Amino acid sequence: MMDTAMISWTAFEPILPEILLVCIALAVIGLDLFAEKQRQLLPWLTVLGCVTVLGMVAGVQNGSAFNGMFLTDSYASFFKIICLLGVIMTALMSEHSRRVEGEMQGEYYGLMLFSAVGMLIMASAGDLMILYLGLELMALSVYCLVGMHKNDPRTSEAAMKYFLMGGFASAILLFGMSLVYGLTGTTNIAKIGAITASGELLHNPALMAALGLMIVAFCFKVAVAPFHFWVPDVYEGAPTPITAFMSVGPKAAGFAVFGRVLMSGFPQFNDQWGTLLAVLALLTMAIGNITALSQRSIKRMLAYSAIAHAGYALLGILSGTAEGLSATMSYLLIYGFMNMGAFAVLILLSAPGNRHESLDDYKGLAKTNPVAAILMLIFMFSLTGIPPTAGFIGKFYLLKAALAAGYTMTVIGAVIFSAISAYFYLRVVRYMYMSEPQEQLDISYSPGISAVLGLALLGVIGLGLLPGAMIGRAASVLLGQ
Amino acid sequence: MIPLSWYMILASILFAIGVCGFLTRRNIIIMFLSIELMLNAVNLNMVALSHFLESMDGQIFTFFIITVAAAEAAIGLGIAITLYRSRQTVNVDEINQLKG
Repeated sequence: MMDTAMISWTAFEPILPEILLVCIALAVIGLDLFAEKQRQLLPWLTVLGCVTVLGMVAGVQNGSAFNGMFLTDSYASFFKIICLLGVIMTALMSEHSRRVEGEMQGEYYGLMLFSAVGMLIMASAGDLMILYLGLELMALSVYCLVGMHKNDPRTSEAAMKYFLMGGFASAILLFGMSLVYGLTGTTNIAKIGAITASGELLHNPALMAALGLMIVAFCFKVAVAPFHFWVPDVYEGAPTPITAFMSVGPKAAGFAVFGRVLMSGFPQFNDQWGTLLAVLALLTMAIGNITALSQRSIKRMLAYSAIAHAGYALLGILSGTAEGLSATMSYLLIYGFMNMGAFAVLILLSAPGNRHESLDDYKGLAKTNPVAAILMLIFMFSLTGIPPTAGFIGKFYLLKAALAAGYTMTVIGAVIFSAISAYFYLRVVRYMYMSEPQEQLDISYSPGISAVLGLALLGVIGLGLLPGAMIGRAASVLLGQ
Repeated sequence: MIPLSWYMILASILFAIGVCGFLTRRNIIIMFLSIELMLNAVNLNMVALSHFLESMDGQIFTFFIITVAAAEAAIGLGIAITLYRSRQTVNVDEINQLKG
């Protein structure tokens, strides 16, 4: 066993993007400590670093490292691209928030980068151990980010709720993992898949319990009902850029591990978890969309909309096919663009002392700020799923995949709830265009927020009109390759 | 020699106590302790299984869980302190500004 102690440096090649991102995070923290006058450069350094890593991730070779513990397949790189785009847009938004509110220091960007590293590791995890470490790196950083504004009691409350729920979910996940380890003797997801596929464990109640525990924990992480109750409070209480970040990055990373564990680790049990997830997806869409109807705060409405969209994204995973998985991946990318856009408009309107999150603040926005109103209109149309926006393409492929897998009732439910969701998304549009303005909102377009709005608009319209490249890249995904 | 099932039953009991504690207690610190109890149930499970399966994975996993739990404790108590400073309470029923 002595020769295993030799370290071959080429083995580290697949994790170079992650190592680089850690170095950038440390550089950001160091710069914050020792060069206080240059602090306004930190968001740009974050963006630059993430763009570099994005390039590295997009060009990485398919392969695996550390005995299959870390996989760099096209599945992983697609999710990494979503997460990194989320970080880039959040950093740009935070640059705007810093101008307006004057907070957000170096550790803020450092923590954001560390959570990005966690998400990249989650997307690449080929082993339950790596999965857990990535998950915790991501989650612990986000707990801190949520509670960042120490003077605002709402953010501490949100951070505490998020922390308790996240910790509880992690413990449940670990107990499930320990049972799986006991039954299969390995923590490698591909090997677990090979052992469960052999059929010996097909009717083992302990394995069912383990699978159930892990699904519950993943549902907590991606905000699927009935494990969604922390989401509205946390999303409302957190600083708005962080809310946008949580609804895109950690959610995509959560779906990455959800899909990988189920499709690669338990393909033989597709009937069982497919049916369970179909029920949960319906419940999630129902709760998210119906509760959103009664919200007066746009931020809270977007939180419920995030729950509903988790239900839609689940449609692809529950179908258990490569087609479904690629539909979920495309949808998460599209959702990232449209949700970031909606939150960017929210941040654009917020002023010091008044966050302008209420529906009434949007009355007559089209007359006072036509550009902001038309952008919000496009993002709301996309969230509803109206063509030619990207939201329509995303939903179309999800419903198609679920229908092909035979979940007709779930698809019918999804379409009905999607129609219901038009009411609260388009109500924002109605307030903006058909009401008289109450007060003049002062809006300043900083370079950061303009870049986010431009990127989101490009994504929503571009992917809506020319989805071919994205669908092609997502469809090329076959797990384990 | 103590059979594997005893360890696993003990771990399950510990885990169940942790879950019940988390769901019924209203003090943040106690809820946090319940999570730690659940994590330790997992550790016990992992170490016992690792010994009986004669594989090292479980023990390595346990090291990581202990390390992460320490980091989690630091962050959780930090958040609890900021919350106490602004509200003078650690009872979750009184922490209810966000709802709807």
